[in-house]
Amino acid sequence: MDNLIEVTDLRKQFGNLVAVDGVSLTVRRGEVLGFLGPNGAGKSTTMKMITGFLAPTSGSIKICGRALVEDPLAAKTRIGYLPEGAPAYGEMTPATFLDFIGDIRGLSRATKDLRVREVVAKIHLDGVLHQTIETLSKGFKRRVGLAQAILHDPEILVMDEPTDGLDPNQKHEVRALIKEMSPTKGIIISTHILEEVDAVCTRAAIIAKGRLLFSGTPTELAGRSRYHNAVTFSVDVGPAPEIVKTLQALAEVGAVEQASRDAATVRITAFPRNRQAIFSTIEAASRHNSWSVHEMFVESGHLDEVFRSITTGTDNSEGHRT
Amino acid sequence: MSRISTIMRREFHAYFATPVAYVFIVIFLFLSGIFTFYVGGFYERNQADLEPFFRYLPWLYMLLIPAISMRLWSEERKAGTIELLMTLPISLADAVIGKFLAAWLFTALALALTFPLWLTVNFLGDPDNTVIAAGYLGSLFMAGGFLAIGSCISALTKNQVIAFVIGFVICFAFNLSGFPIVLDFFRAWAPQAIVDVISSFSFLTHANSIQKGVIDLRDVIFFGTLIGFFLYANMLAIDAKKSS
Repeated sequence: MDNLIEVTDLRKQFGNLVAVDGVSLTVRRGEVLGFLGPNGAGKSTTMKMITGFLAPTSGSIKICGRALVEDPLAAKTRIGYLPEGAPAYGEMTPATFLDFIGDIRGLSRATKDLRVREVVAKIHLDGVLHQTIETLSKGFKRRVGLAQAILHDPEILVMDEPTDGLDPNQKHEVRALIKEMSPTKGIIISTHILEEVDAVCTRAAIIAKGRLLFSGTPTELAGRSRYHNAVTFSVDVGPAPEIVKTLQALAEVGAVEQASRDAATVRITAFPRNRQAIFSTIEAASRHNSWSVHEMFVESGHLDEVFRSITTGTDNSEGHRT
Repeated sequence: MSRISTIMRREFHAYFATPVAYVFIVIFLFLSGIFTFYVGGFYERNQADLEPFFRYLPWLYMLLIPAISMRLWSEERKAGTIELLMTLPISLADAVIGKFLAAWLFTALALALTFPLWLTVNFLGDPDNTVIAAGYLGSLFMAGGFLAIGSCISALTKNQVIAFVIGFVICFAFNLSGFPIVLDFFRAWAPQAIVDVISSFSFLTHANSIQKGVIDLRDVIFFGTLIGFFLYANMLAIDAKKSS
């Protein structure tokens, strides 16, 4: 039984607005699913349904093989959830708040104390343990929310924008934490930071206007980029036009773009005709014509460009859709 | 059961985490003293009982109980913690009952702190203490009724001020539903049967007999049913409104 979350044809309608429209996804143990999408795409609504906060209009959600509606309490005990904005009771301190969460999650006193200590150490809350939550900085508030979500060591972790509002160091810490926990859990995180998908996710799902538009590994996602396998290099301004002409004559090269890097150099990007690797071809051409190349590298694909093209519906790549 | 008590404890402590609890208790005790001794004419009556205190308590409750109940759900909705609460492994009923009990316990505490009145009357005379005990019990039930109404209204809005004002108006209507000020409004167009039903909802009428020392099963059932009804409505309100 390794499918921790199974969502089938999920729909949610608020009045006339269809917030989530036929989303299906599966999360197995050991997977980190990155949920991407523009604001208002339906990421949060989907997460709210998976965690049992909102009832779906139609479709089914199975948590650990069991329908959520059948036994919501059993499902909720297996899920740790960080809602959007990491809400917490402002008048409590992290210590009393985590104690409350432990009690309500039914942890025994000994387990609770042990877990609180572990989590506080892991998330570095020691310094603020006895300050009221409302006086904490945004980063600490978010960490309190994280602590609350992982306190009972859940099999399933659902986190809505876990790194939103954190500084780069804190982001790094949270990502490290997610990575560390991921082998034994099924994790869903939503984000609109694309680098995060590369950094922590084993799978990415793109959702826009309530529909699931892409689901696959981050590499597959990058593979849909126009830039995938393109080769970029810099040369002096002088020989540049000649070089571009040579490149355009190559059979494997589909298009060539250039942009001035500074006054003296030009950055040229050669796009492959069929997404195949063209580095060796370009490299050979460069040696053959003795271009003086300052730098040369293979593009893995621009995630932000893929994201834009998928979510705005201008995706014209011949990649597979799921 | 333990989940209800966990919710209740958290909620009860939340009152004391801010000045709300202290302000409420001080004002409650201050006003109940004024009503008892000045408005109620405690000394002038020359009787060893707490009737002046109990007589004005419904009016005090009408003003102060919505201040206790207004935050119960409005605050959760405004801060977004309702999403946290409702995704913890507790049922909606656990949450509603736990919060209600915390508020009720708090009003019970405030009521208990009026004990100097009881000491005074025992010092000055020889009152019938079972009547006074019944009066306290009746007042507690009435507070529960007001609180259930207030809690339900608090679930309907994110704004605590709105929750307070509407709670106040509805408590006012319940207090006076046996009196012309409310009944005349209905008499103009509603059949007599409905007017009678409305008049039977009057908190003052029900509280009156209990406060005189008569614990009538009908009055207890009235408040019990009222609390049950509004807590159920509270649950429906949360279900309908939590996503907005």
